[in-house]
Amino acid sequence: MSTLPVLDPTKCDGCGLCVTVCRCGALVMTGEIVTLVQVDDCGWCCDCELVCDTGALQCPYEIVTIED
Amino acid sequence: MSITIESISKLGYFKGVDADRLASLAQIFGQRSFLKGQTVVSEGDSEQNLYFVGAGVVKIFKTSSEGKEQIIKITRPGESFNDIAVFSNGPSPYSAQALGTATLIYLIHKNDLMPFMEKNWKVVQNALECLAGQSRLLLGLIEDLSFKNVMGRVAKILMENSLHGAEGFQKLTQYEMAAMAGTAREVVGRSLKSLEDTGAVRLERHKIIIVNKDLLNQLAGLN
Repeated sequence: MSTLPVLDPTKCDGCGLCVTVCRCGALVMTGEIVTLVQVDDCGWCCDCELVCDTGALQCPYEIVTIED
Repeated sequence: MSITIESISKLGYFKGVDADRLASLAQIFGQRSFLKGQTVVSEGDSEQNLYFVGAGVVKIFKTSSEGKEQIIKITRPGESFNDIAVFSNGPSPYSAQALGTATLIYLIHKNDLMPFMEKNWKVVQNALECLAGQSRLLLGLIEDLSFKNVMGRVAKILMENSLHGAEGFQKLTQYEMAAMAGTAREVVGRSLKSLEDTGAVRLERHKIIIVNKDLLNQLAGLN
């Protein structure tokens, strides 16, 4: 199981563009909105976030420091 | 299958134009389907087709001689591209690539479009609005890339958000970083890659790992 983008269904307008760009099949249309499906290989390409016009999808990065 | 009048009426250039007038265009418009990652237009192409996204998403971008990519715009259904080549009688100044599966593109050749525009002021008006919108977007990008040290700002944002809190590592999306840096998300993506090139950070799936804090501090102008 891999970490997936964060979806806010209340902001999703159901345009489906994220589903068409998703490379791993983690996003599917369910009725008129998008839902997330657990997959093993989300590569965090962030294309879904890039094409989402409403901000419903977010791909947050953890900011990690490697101490010297 | 040819394009329907309803589909034409949803394209930026043809909004608000009478359906009767659009009927003549239905036979002229072409349509093509592209798979994810396929190129629709390459920078330097001299095709004089005006393209519209019918379904899916198209990425408009430029590539440097070193292979670095700068996204200029994400084009969504109804929006046009290759306008600059068509109206300036020159080669395409950018490349366009299908981002989504089964991307549907409508196209009309300049030689077919111009006579229609001559007879339809509303289409000219819409075209001007589209081109002005694109100019505004490009000016914003020029401002960000020329006058703002976005990489430095992103470096500073990463430093300021690198503290490990009680709830774990801080998280930021590229949109959030863009809003904090006062720039476009497309510029943040490029800046993160540039920061990675310096060796200050490493990008790993959903992590931005600060591997050289001193260098990042320096790039952020913090020491």
